[in-house]
Amino acid sequence: MIHSALPQFSMPLLMGNSLNAWSDALAGFSPAGLPVGLLIIAAIPLVFIALYALTYGVYGERKISAFMQDRLGPMEVGKWGILQTLADILKLLQKEDIVPTSADKFLFVIGPGVLFVGSFLAFAVLPFSPAFIGANLNVGLFFAIGIVSLEVVGILAAGWGSNNKWSLYGAVRSVAQIVSYEIPAAIALLCGAMMAGTLDMQQITIQQSGPLGFAHFFLFQSPIAWLPFLIYFIASLAEVNRAPFDIPEAESELVAGYFTEYSGMKFAVIFLAEYGSMFMVSAIISIVFLGGWNSPLPNIGPLALNDMTTGPVWGAFWIISKGFFFIFIQMWLRWTLPRLRVDQLMYLCWKVLTPFAFVSFVLTAIWEIYVP
Amino acid sequence: MAGQGSLRLSRKSDDVVVLEKDLSTEQMVLSMGPQHPSTHGVLRLECLTDGEIITEAEPYLGYLHRCFEKHCEHVDYPAIVPYTDRMDYLAGINSEMAYCVAVEKLLDVEIPRRVEFIRVIVSELNRIASHLVAIGTYAIDLGAFTPFLFCFRDREHILNMLEWATGARMLYNYIWVGGLAYDVPAGFNERVLEFVNYFRPKALELQQLLTENEIFVKRTKGVGIMPADVAINYGWSGPMLRGSGVQWDLRRNDPYSIYPELDFAVPVPDGKLSVVGDCLSRHLVRALEIEESLKIIEQCIDKMPGTEGFNPRAAVPKRVRPKAGEVYGRAENPRGELGFYIQSDGKSTSPLRCKARSSCFVNLSAMKDLSRGQLIPDLVAIIGSLDIVLGEVDR
Repeated sequence: MIHSALPQFSMPLLMGNSLNAWSDALAGFSPAGLPVGLLIIAAIPLVFIALYALTYGVYGERKISAFMQDRLGPMEVGKWGILQTLADILKLLQKEDIVPTSADKFLFVIGPGVLFVGSFLAFAVLPFSPAFIGANLNVGLFFAIGIVSLEVVGILAAGWGSNNKWSLYGAVRSVAQIVSYEIPAAIALLCGAMMAGTLDMQQITIQQSGPLGFAHFFLFQSPIAWLPFLIYFIASLAEVNRAPFDIPEAESELVAGYFTEYSGMKFAVIFLAEYGSMFMVSAIISIVFLGGWNSPLPNIGPLALNDMTTGPVWGAFWIISKGFFFIFIQMWLRWTLPRLRVDQLMYLCWKVLTPFAFVSFVLTAIWEIYVP
Repeated sequence: MAGQGSLRLSRKSDDVVVLEKDLSTEQMVLSMGPQHPSTHGVLRLECLTDGEIITEAEPYLGYLHRCFEKHCEHVDYPAIVPYTDRMDYLAGINSEMAYCVAVEKLLDVEIPRRVEFIRVIVSELNRIASHLVAIGTYAIDLGAFTPFLFCFRDREHILNMLEWATGARMLYNYIWVGGLAYDVPAGFNERVLEFVNYFRPKALELQQLLTENEIFVKRTKGVGIMPADVAINYGWSGPMLRGSGVQWDLRRNDPYSIYPELDFAVPVPDGKLSVVGDCLSRHLVRALEIEESLKIIEQCIDKMPGTEGFNPRAAVPKRVRPKAGEVYGRAENPRGELGFYIQSDGKSTSPLRCKARSSCFVNLSAMKDLSRGQLIPDLVAIIGSLDIVLGEVDR
């Protein structure tokens, strides 16, 4: 560790190592042989996910949209309205849980659940830091791509079970959209997997570590990596039904799409799943192309910024920051762009993104084989 | 949805006949509205849909019918003015203007010049406000939320000014038969000019955000094309007719008030940015008209006579009792030609018959034709581009 060589740098730069020391100490905390400390460390990312998705994703969306629209956004509940989402959740919890009389009750009830599971299962394979990954599968990326498809089942169940024509339209559109966009998304991710030579999410991240920080990220490792990066970003917007591809819920056309009939906590669960998915795709794109939990700061001569900002806790900080950055872009796009039409959406997928995904796949393969 | 499926025989070769079963689909009746986010009020469309394609859309009206014409037969001429506010509630002053033009034609009164200038200023301000709502809600229909709030932010300034001048934000009752309720407050002209200078860059910003947006153009260009001859046959007017390339503006073609003295253009699409007659053309016409209205306001403030010896109610008759006869007066509203046909029996102080020719109602009549064979998102785009106000459709 280099920090001992630089005693003149005080708190800010040494934070990294003191944080590491702190987390190491916590991990070793095991009274009566129980790994309490480890459990606490493991729980941090999960608590973060719940907190984030429940409150600050929604709060951030409202504040960011307000900022873009010359408004203040929520200001009443708590300072700057930071407790607004908690108030909303309390309100939703008190609401009557309505199941329409003519709805297919079974499908109507399991729809949001399946959606939620599909969205949150992928978190299991996301490496949140060098020390934390829920399930270190050797096919983690494959699992993440596959489990997202489960959302389609939830959406279709919700849309069909509602027995509402608008919901049905939303569900049918959504299935067509998600199934189509999985193809360019998966091919774009395969480019990253090819560069890493593995589907293991933790390994993909480790391969992007290095003293030069961001220069080791796959996005900057090959001259064509920006193409799959962009393709995956666009396709991921469609996969999580965000604008400009929010046609399954298109509020001006389909009222609210597949969740028109939902209210109360079921509605909240659908919302939660949407924000969970937003973070999930943001995390996947940062893991595959932007180094995941690796610090983007390079070591410059004696200033070993990279070493100082690497470690379990710093890792979580970096991946969450990168995820938030992409979520911000998603929100930015949502509040700027109009919505595409159904046929234009399919055109973009099959005639633009998919061919370019194949091109980038071949080019990446050539690059990986012929350029060491 | 899924039907029984039709059976059919197909001959694979001379002696092999295969019985095939098609997955047949039935058409679905989709009731859009009266409570739907993008029907702009309480319009109901009963759509016959084949998947996402609309084979037939039948508009149903009358959810907001308030018996305007019957009411008119029972109240005095000046008392009808507040009712006209409630017709096109986004452009109340323009409706008042159309009604007063008609009644003044029947009465044959001389209006003070300053009154005419104030009328034109406030009605052009209201026209801008109305077009801002039209553009903003159109953006929402196409899924862009932010331009809507930009439009409403700027509309708020206009509404504040109109509130200052008239005392109300939507239902003004400001233009009276023969005059005005009040003169404009001191300093009004300066504030209007200040607004004009503030608003020009904002209008440009709006244009960059929305009209130059690739997705917006893709969604509207070539959608819902209305040829000029069909538009004329339907009786279209206003931005709708101009969107089809017909240079028809009542402020020019049948001038009233002081419009002949003012210099302004009647924008029609040139077919470069849009296909003439499509939704984008209609949107562009509205966007360009905002600029023309700003020009008119500037000229009016420039030419406006002073307040010496001015009484806004000088020509307001004590009791409106026109000679027996009939008149059709019309004015260019933000949504087209609003005309009032008024019949007087010469004895009563209320009209024998008052018929309103609503621009929105006439424009909406083409809905069935325009929506045939469109996708649901395009139907939403077409309704939005018609820019209907149900208060005026149903009256």
